[in-house]
Amino acid sequence: MNKTKEASEVALSVKGVSKDFILPHEKKSSIKSAIVGAFRSHDRSVDVQHALSGIDFEVKKGEFFGVLGRNGSGKSTLLKIMAEIYQPTEGTVSHRGKLVPFIELGVGFNPELTGRENVYLNGALLGFSRKEIDARYDEIVEFAELENFMEQKMKNYSSGMQVRLAFSVATRAEADILLIDEVLAVGDASFQRKCYDYFKSLKKQKKTIIFVSHDMSAVREFCDRAVLIDKSKVVASGATETIANKYTQLFLDSIKEEDGSDSNNRWGDGRALYSDISLAKPLITEKDKALQFDVTFEAKRDLESIIAGSSLTTATGYEYCGTNTDHQNLVIKDIKKGEKVTLKWSYPNIFSNGRHYVNLSLHGHSGADVADWWTDAMHFDVRKKEQSPFVVTPDIDIKLERQKSR
Amino acid sequence: MLGYAKTKYRYSAILLRELVVTDFKLRYQNSVLGYLWSLLRPLFLFVILYVVFVNFLKVGNNVPHWPVGLLLGIVLWNFFIEVSNTGIRAVVERGDVIRKINFPKYVIILASSVSALINLLINLVVIAIFMAINHVPLMATLLLSPFLILELFIFSLGIACLLSALYVKLRDIAYIWEILAQGLFYASAVIYPVTLVLDRSPRVAEALLFNPVAQIIQDTRYAAVSHSMPTLYSISGSVMVASIPVFIAVILFACGAWYFKRQSPYFAEEV
Repeated sequence: MNKTKEASEVALSVKGVSKDFILPHEKKSSIKSAIVGAFRSHDRSVDVQHALSGIDFEVKKGEFFGVLGRNGSGKSTLLKIMAEIYQPTEGTVSHRGKLVPFIELGVGFNPELTGRENVYLNGALLGFSRKEIDARYDEIVEFAELENFMEQKMKNYSSGMQVRLAFSVATRAEADILLIDEVLAVGDASFQRKCYDYFKSLKKQKKTIIFVSHDMSAVREFCDRAVLIDKSKVVASGATETIANKYTQLFLDSIKEEDGSDSNNRWGDGRALYSDISLAKPLITEKDKALQFDVTFEAKRDLESIIAGSSLTTATGYEYCGTNTDHQNLVIKDIKKGEKVTLKWSYPNIFSNGRHYVNLSLHGHSGADVADWWTDAMHFDVRKKEQSPFVVTPDIDIKLERQKSR
Repeated sequence: MLGYAKTKYRYSAILLRELVVTDFKLRYQNSVLGYLWSLLRPLFLFVILYVVFVNFLKVGNNVPHWPVGLLLGIVLWNFFIEVSNTGIRAVVERGDVIRKINFPKYVIILASSVSALINLLINLVVIAIFMAINHVPLMATLLLSPFLILELFIFSLGIACLLSALYVKLRDIAYIWEILAQGLFYASAVIYPVTLVLDRSPRVAEALLFNPVAQIIQDTRYAAVSHSMPTLYSISGSVMVASIPVFIAVILFACGAWYFKRQSPYFAEEV
């Protein structure tokens, strides 16, 4: 008794799903290659791409469930299998209730038809009969704000108008389970907002929603639970927060793997060169007070004076803070050839999550006579609990004062 | 379970209707005469063939109401070729939708066939007028013609299913079919009366009529235009032999539908 009740709460279940794509080196879409291929069938080389292997998870009724994964992780294939567009090579997907996939808005829209005709066509693909659309038509048009354009051909619509109309039809879909692809939320900021508002309203209505995305912040905002997919497998599943942290880690690990040495990131006349650099801690969390690193440079000849500097750059290349000895009123004068100078740097921990790079410089007063200019000399990673969209996250204090009206 | 089947076919029905309506709207868009073209096309083809074969080559002079038979043949043949030619590319042309949403794929083929069927029915009205002008007597056998059209519909649908599913895998099919259809046109007794063949060899005439299209055209001529039109039954005198083309049509339909159903889950990947 108890068991059946439990089972009825599962809205969608994915059991042992694997998907292989067979990629022939040459696609057999002509007779000649088919015949040639048939004769060489024994040594015909095909690549089997394992897009997914052994995927297992269950989505409960009324859950907002996230499927998180990087590009190429197989999450889109999984989405298409859940939507029954692709057949799994192994395993099964089953669901209870009406499932409507939103892999793209406005499926079936034809530019040669009018807005009105397209509403009926798109609606039919989503399972609406003429009568059902008739009943919702005014609502759809009003929501899309296209009252004066419905009798015009869709080819005369702007892309924004098309998306609005498509979205308007989509929001009328009465499904028990919605499969939503992240690409839905494309377009301008106001449209994205509208999309996310719609997601929120779905969440309030206790619909079962499966949201596929590589955008961690969106998953974090909406999902109750999630699975993390990487390299065709489920890496983790559970509460959104855990999954999101795993995802960040995955992302950082992958950057580490790709790390190579660049040769074009260092230049200068070489009259003084950095010889020793060391980072106190390569990973910064909220527990650390500061980022500390020591650098040592050696004068290759007698120098009257030199200015040493450093700056920090985000992974996207935005140089967000830095300074040099001159600005800090530190004077490095009369250096003999072969002399080594060590600088101990300390930056307060204002860093946002992600990878950061340290750039080092040695130059004269004019700024143009560079001795050693070294971009991306070192890097460090930041992993904090607090997610911030800003480049820096210094401690910010808010004091609240309220005065009652007299 | 029953409820599931109901919703399943409900979706197909909704989709079928919408696709047929769309097809009609799009077909003669931006043309002045619009839908009239679907009547004018076979009529003009008829005029050409009539001038060349009847007036010039003197074919079918001894066959009563041959011009009506000729037009009927052209209209039926056009239906067959319309279903197969639009059907063959239909799945691939809808590839964009297939990759985005799951729906019963047979609806695609059914929709293009139903569009062609409506077209055929309109053309049959023209033939009826033509028959009246030509003083073709009204015969009881006329009642058989809906069954013959049903047979033609099933046969064409089977061919379209088979070709469209093959076309997804192998694009050469379109060219192969073009050539085959050209040959089939001459083998289907569209532009010449069967008597022409029968006079030389009854065996060849029989073999010719094993082709379901030829059999349907000839039987319809017999049923609607004149009982002097030879049919497979009148030549062979055997019900068994006469039902061979019907079996061929049904078997081809079954094969086409089976292959289409088997392949359709993979259309989204292959298209």
